[in-house]
Parts: sequence; structure tokens; C-alpha cells
Amino acid sequence: MRAGTIFRLEKSGLDRLLSSLIQQGFRTLAPIERDGTVMWDVIESAAALPWGRRESQQPGCYRLEKGDANRCFDVVNGPQSLKSLTFVSREKLSSVRREADAGVSKINFYPVRPEAEKIAVLGARACDLAALAMQEKILTQGEYADPFFTARRDSLLIVAVNCMRSADTCFCASMDTGPKAISGFDLAMTELDAAFLIEAGSEIGSAILAELSLPVAEVGEIEAAAAAIAAAAASQKRAIDQHGLPQALFDAHNHPQWDDVAGRCLSCTNCTMVCPTCFCHAVEEVPSLDRGESERFRSWDSCFSPEHGYIHGKNMRPTTRERYRMWMTHKLGAWIDQFDASGCVGCGRCISWCPVGIDLVEEYSKVREEP
Amino acid sequence: MSSEACPYPADVMRSNQIHPARIIEKREETPDIHTYRLQFEEKEIADCFAFAGGQFNMLYIFGVGEVPISIVSDPENAHILDHTIRVVGRVTEVIGRMDVGDVMGVRGPFGKGWPLEEAKSKDVLVVTGGLGCAPVVGAIEYMFRRREQYGHIRIMHGVKTPRDLLYRERFDQWRKEPNTEVLLASDQPEKTWRYHTGVITELFDIVEMDPTNTICMMCGPEIMMKLAARRLTQRGLPDNALYLSMERNMQCGIGLCGHCQIGPYFSCRDGPVMRYDLIAPFLARDV
Repeated sequence: MRAGTIFRLEKSGLDRLLSSLIQQGFRTLAPIERDGTVMWDVIESAAALPWGRRESQQPGCYRLEKGDANRCFDVVNGPQSLKSLTFVSREKLSSVRREADAGVSKINFYPVRPEAEKIAVLGARACDLAALAMQEKILTQGEYADPFFTARRDSLLIVAVNCMRSADTCFCASMDTGPKAISGFDLAMTELDAAFLIEAGSEIGSAILAELSLPVAEVGEIEAAAAAIAAAAASQKRAIDQHGLPQALFDAHNHPQWDDVAGRCLSCTNCTMVCPTCFCHAVEEVPSLDRGESERFRSWDSCFSPEHGYIHGKNMRPTTRERYRMWMTHKLGAWIDQFDASGCVGCGRCISWCPVGIDLVEEYSKVREEP
Repeated sequence: MSSEACPYPADVMRSNQIHPARIIEKREETPDIHTYRLQFEEKEIADCFAFAGGQFNMLYIFGVGEVPISIVSDPENAHILDHTIRVVGRVTEVIGRMDVGDVMGVRGPFGKGWPLEEAKSKDVLVVTGGLGCAPVVGAIEYMFRRREQYGHIRIMHGVKTPRDLLYRERFDQWRKEPNTEVLLASDQPEKTWRYHTGVITELFDIVEMDPTNTICMMCGPEIMMKLAARRLTQRGLPDNALYLSMERNMQCGIGLCGHCQIGPYFSCRDGPVMRYDLIAPFLARDV
């Protein structure tokens, strides 16, 4: 089999792919309709996918709607990215115990050994892959590597799905992260009316395709898929103009728009929780009632929480104005200095899941205008 | 033992692993500031622990949490680990109640310290202000222990009222060192105040200095450092010869938890001692 070959998988063949993953010991997850959206959940049959569903996303608004009955991947995304699978929201780091040794009291540390189950995830989008690559860079490619992320990433198999439609909140095209998955997947699929196109991006992906022994896709279908993906990109209404970053945001420190947005923002942290690249975390100490043991848990933190900028007696970011400014200046600006690329992948989740409908793209364009 | 013999790679030594250490001495500096001398419980850790002047450790208190504290003892004597701690918050409150024989945890060392090598054979100006200047005390004592390697040393310290003057005996002791000057300023002095009345930046105008051969180290309230740095650069001190100790919410020590950002920097990893030309646009700002 030639690398980069695109194969054709009948819609009815999706169950064979799922079976193959499950038989290889992967706990297999896919976007399943739940709570008015789609969430990662265990899948055993392709029938559980959201067939005939699509979503409408607007600032502060997410609704599942009736869509094309032949499609099971038309819901672009839900609130979860891949973040929750690799950089989990709460991770136990260690136990600490008070123990006596020959009458001398001691505290002993028992680090948790990073272990991860094999997970296959079906339906990751190009923006999610870009975000995962960014988190991998942050958490494992600096001076210190996070062993928990590494263990979970190494155990993750990704079946990406190229986007055939964009939500109104999507702007991956302007961030150069989508809507087509270019790298970082084991398999990538494109959903047409009659069938899927599927290609491998890794050895394990190639092995799975070989096992399924699929026919090579026809040129006409490959061209139709490419055209649909290009149309999805072209349909995006939002865009971030990155020229002049990061300096332009450092220079916009006193822009009146920060006051304006602070008047609407609730500092609820939703944007940072759904953001696929946000990596802030805090360690929580959970002592037992008899004080014999204390467990240390790492949890996601947010620059919108009041404690985030706190140092004894002083809060560096006392009000929402400073917190929103921190979030945007870091995400779109300082991130470039720190990690050589924007912290935004254009998934639009922070826009849809903001309870008051604050639109990052719109706020950014206002901050870039002369006051 | 040299660091090459350390059986642990640096990232293992410094990342998530906390090592127990016992308090072997507790010395009172003021009623709410004490210096704690720690000794690692594990011999192999004690043997391979090494740090640079101005680096900090995360000190862990069982059941409470961690706090970043500068190491003030001499880096060439790394088995002695001194931390000067003022009771200011939840964790330091508990440390204040600890005594010799009690055990805490140590994770570190982290961050970039003072330019003690670069300052060799140059004049050194130390500018401190306010209540807590412990991070620079270690650097001052490092230089005095190697007095012949440094040029003229001038220590300037500003306080609001004389009651805020900590380490009074240390200032008196430093004053006796050769080729050394100690200048104190208070802007709300009492009648017995023998030193300068006014703010610290006024001291720059009453001394002669060679701005082309001086390294300045600063520690204190950020707004004081901002004004002092501006005044010193106006007097001809190059902006890359000035180093500031920056204080932010440092929780992980390894640039990963996101809390301690200053502009494009993580102060735990790129600081806490940062060069003025890099940090100037972000001083006394929240982003």
C-alpha cells in the first residue's frame, strides 16, 4: 500500500472500522448526542453516531438541529476538544503520608505512576489536532515534560474527520489550522453522501486500513471531497488578522474596549474551560480528616478565577477588565513569543459557550481599532 | 559530590517530585520573619542538590500546599539550605509555627538568579525597598564572602517609616565592609532618623557612580523598581546592566501552570530575576 493513498469506506463499513479498533483493545470514543450537544462517549456501533444531525452555533448559543440523514459527522464540534483526553481536568499527582520511622516522624511522598488506557477517538477535527499538537509542545517539549500528558498522548489513537461544513463560529481557515486535517492523526476520514474517504497518517493507521482491505477511492470522489472542504473554509465569516502580533496587543494595554468587554464578561471561566489549548492548572491539597495522608490533585485553572493573579496581599488582576485582557493578550499575543504560534486554533468554542455571547474575534478586532 | 554524579536527571529533580527536608535551625530575623536551615532527609538528594544565587525552591507543607521561597544561603555550600520566610499567607502562617525537627518538602531549585558572575570586577549597586528584600540578601552576602572579586558595593534601601526597617544589624554590619557604602532613606522619618529623608530615587543624585562599570540589582515594590530603573537609566546606566527581582503568583516553578506571566515571560522560569531591558514595558502591569 502506498503512503497517502485514499481509500473508500462504505457507510455500512464504519462498523468494521469500529470493531477493528475495539478488538485491538482501544476504548473507542466518538461524539455522541447528549445534553443538547455532542460529547465524547464510548461507541460500539456506528448507529450511535448523530446521524441526520447538525448544529447551529452563534455567540452564546449552541443548538442541535435536523440535518442531512445520510451524514453522521455534520456536527462540527461540541464543548469538548481532545484536551480532556490528554490533559485531564483533574489528575492525582501524588500522595503524601505522615509515617514514623524508629520513633522519628516523617513525611513520605508517593508519586502517582503515569499510566493511561488505550483510547481511540473517532471524529477529531483539524482544529483539535492543531490544539493537541500545541499542548504537546507546551507540556512535553520544554525543559520539563509532563509524564501524565505523555502517557495519555502515547496511548491515544486518533481518527480525524475533515470538516465538510463550518459552524458560524468557526475561523480555523484564518488560523491556518483547518478545516482539513493535515497531520497528527492515525486515520483521517471525509464524509460524502454515499461513502467515506479514508487515509492513514501513521503506521498503525496503515495497518488498520490494510486489515479492512478497502478499494482505492475514485478521482471524482476525491475531487468532490476537496471541493467541499474548500467550500467549508470559504464559508467562514470570522477571521483573525494576525499582522502586528504580539506587539499590537501589548501596545493595546490601555484600550477602552477592555472596559467595554468587562461590562459584559461574567468571569465565569467557560471560555478557558472549552479552549483546547488553555493549559493553566493549579494543584489542590486534599488532606484526610485524620491528617495522616494528603493527596495532591492537579486541576484546570483559569485566568478568569480571582486567585489566578494573587500574590500575598495583592491581586495582579483584580477585576474582569484585567482578566479578559490577560486572556486575549496571552492567547493571541504573548503565546506567539512563548510557543512560536498563536494560542488560538479558531475552533470558536469560546464564542459559542460564552453565556453572554462575547465574541473573541469581534473583541479582538475592536481592540485593534484606534480608540 | 559534583552534579555529574547525581543519579537523577535535572527534570526529575525539579519537576513534580517533592523531597522531604528537616528544619535543623530556626533563626529569628524579626518577630514575624525567620530564617530556616533545611537538610534533605534523603542523602542522595542532599549530595546532588545544587543551586545558583537567587534561585528559589517550592517549599511544601503537609496538607497545606506550596510556596516559592528564595534560597539565601551560599550556592557553593549547597548542603546548607537557608530560606528566610515572612508570615504573610496561608502556607507561611503554618511555616511560622514550625520549629527545629519539623519536616517540610522541597521541590527545586527553580528560576534564574542574580548576575553574580557578570558583576565580578564591576561596581555593584543594590537597590531595595519596602519590607521584603530577602531575595537579595543572599546575593549581598555572597559578594561579601568574595569581597576582593567585586568593585565598590553600594547598598541603598528605602522604607516608608523607620519602623519598616528590617535587618538593621545587617545594614550596620555591611557598612563596615571595605569599599562599601550603605545608604538608607525614609520618606516619613522620626526625629531620631540619622539617614536621608525622602524617597530612594533621591539617593541616586547624591552619589557618584560610574554607570559604564556598574551592575545594579533591585528588589522591592514594583512601582519603586520602575521609577528607580527609569532614573538610573537616565543617569546613564545601560538598561541591560539592571536586574530586577519580580514577584508573581508562582505555583509550579517550571513555566507550565500559567499563573506567573509577565508579558511574554513566565517569571518562575525566565525570572524571578529579570533584566530591565527585557521587562521594562511590562513593569507594574498585569499582562
